[in-house]
Amino acid sequence: MRVLSAAAVFGLILATIAPAAAESIFVSNEQDNSVSVVDGTSLKVVATIPVGRRPRGILASPDGKAVYVAEGDDNRIDVIDPIARKLVGSLPSGKDPEQFALDPQGKHIFIANEDDNEVSDLDIAKKAVIGTVPVGVEPEGMAMSHDGKLVACTSETTSMVHLIDAHSLKPVANILVDPRPRSVIFSPDDKVIWVSSEVLGTVTAIDVASHKVLGHVRFAVPGLTREQVRAVGLEQTRNGKRVFVSLGSANRVAEIDPVSYKVKRYFLVGKRVWHVAVSPDQKRLYTANGNSGDISVVNLEDNEVTRSIPVGRGPWGVTVVP
Amino acid sequence: MTVIVHDSSAILERSTARLRYLRALGGIVQREWLRFLRQHGRLAAAVVRPLIWLAVFSAGFRSALGLSITPPYHTYILYEVYLVPGLAAMMLLFHGMQTSLSMVYDREMGSMRVLLTSPLPRWYLLGARLVATTVVIIPLVIGFMLVARLWDVRPPMLGYLAVLPAVLLSGLMLGAFGLLLSSMIRQLENFAGVMNFVIFPMFFTSTALYPIWRLEDADVFLARLAELNPFTYAVELIRFSLYLRINLLALSVVVFGTLVFLALAVLGYQPERAWSIRRADA
Repeated sequence: MRVLSAAAVFGLILATIAPAAAESIFVSNEQDNSVSVVDGTSLKVVATIPVGRRPRGILASPDGKAVYVAEGDDNRIDVIDPIARKLVGSLPSGKDPEQFALDPQGKHIFIANEDDNEVSDLDIAKKAVIGTVPVGVEPEGMAMSHDGKLVACTSETTSMVHLIDAHSLKPVANILVDPRPRSVIFSPDDKVIWVSSEVLGTVTAIDVASHKVLGHVRFAVPGLTREQVRAVGLEQTRNGKRVFVSLGSANRVAEIDPVSYKVKRYFLVGKRVWHVAVSPDQKRLYTANGNSGDISVVNLEDNEVTRSIPVGRGPWGVTVVP
Repeated sequence: MTVIVHDSSAILERSTARLRYLRALGGIVQREWLRFLRQHGRLAAAVVRPLIWLAVFSAGFRSALGLSITPPYHTYILYEVYLVPGLAAMMLLFHGMQTSLSMVYDREMGSMRVLLTSPLPRWYLLGARLVATTVVIIPLVIGFMLVARLWDVRPPMLGYLAVLPAVLLSGLMLGAFGLLLSSMIRQLENFAGVMNFVIFPMFFTSTALYPIWRLEDADVFLARLAELNPFTYAVELIRFSLYLRINLLALSVVVFGTLVFLALAVLGYQPERAWSIRRADA
């Protein structure tokens, strides 16, 4: 009996300690020109892949067979084989790529070219930019609807979010938002876009069909001034029930309730958190913390930040491969 | 036949002796419990004091952006999370010192003499008193840590169980330290001196309020003092245990400290070698 209960206690301890899954987390280190690979089980850095200069935007292909990294100072997108953890090639991107979006089939990449004020449509198979569309000044955030019909792009200086037809590359709408919009995402049903604005630290939910504002979220982190709270990265769980916003130098990720547009909770993470990614099983959130050189792991079941793992210098983007 | 009678009487003697020891321990524990429970003010202060510290300190701006990662923590924490083990240890420190006050009081009022005239060995009586006084504070310490959940200080639930031995050991060390002090204090009035020269310096030059790296940033000398301060190890033992980790250095220091302080206190309470008497002679 005693042995049994001891075993039960030990099992309980193990269950509380053991991290979850056999996934790999890929983190772009902006100042190190590298991508760190963190094993989802051991939560240790298992590889550091040298890539082009100033890597920022990072995304895994829908089939999980490639990881794309935008190299801002090399004007290209590098392709990483996530199994071999090696750089296997690169694609042209137009000037100064920062964020980009992948189409659901994994055939096209839509890239924000910050210096040229345009969005490039890159055909992955052809390894060529097959079209561009002019947008506002300093395009930054990029997203693609899950049905593959619309591309959304934010322009930081113009303070607009542009909706673009993905096939014709024609602008569908230009919607004014709060100053310096950084990121944009589509809700899982493609009916809503969420836009984060850095200067005021706000998030706006916009109806895709009517272009009307559905909700506006402000953040108040106890002990911090409004100026310290910036809104940067955005993520929504697949079931649409949880929206996460990284708050930059507030060192927090906020969770928003997408129905009431209220902040549900704040997660304390590393310094100057840029972008975030939800694990494929939707149980964890990973955050890239730019100034503390690490990523934080948030357990979304217990709503606890469980661990922070040092990676390279200036972690900017993060993506998870199952 | 006679041999058997002799044996059984020896057994009887041993068991009555054991009974005597247990009865003495039971009596001492009971007395401490009753005394502690009847001192409503002290009881309230023991709980309210750390809560005030937590409430006031956690409101500080310095905590808002999170503290850098130090073991046993795996990620960034708010200041209140850091503060709670230190405040739990503070409860033990105050309690240990107040016990030493009551020891002086007991000696002045004569009840100490009654206790020490018991035929049981002195080390046992002092040890029993130490255990008794430490045991009474443990529920309050755990209670405080549970209340701290209201401040979002949420260690794993098993941590509250794992921290029990750490709280007991730390309480014993600080209690033994108090016993040693009480053997050296002659008058009740000197307790103000204990507050000023023992409790506050021990508390402030430890890792209760700031981690070592932060102390080093402020003043390297302060950091070295903290490393020499036994209270630091009580704090760290509690901190690590609460997060289901063992800090071997802290554990060794606390165990060693308990033994040394208790031995010195026992020595101090030998009537023929009492520090106070020796001092009076000098």
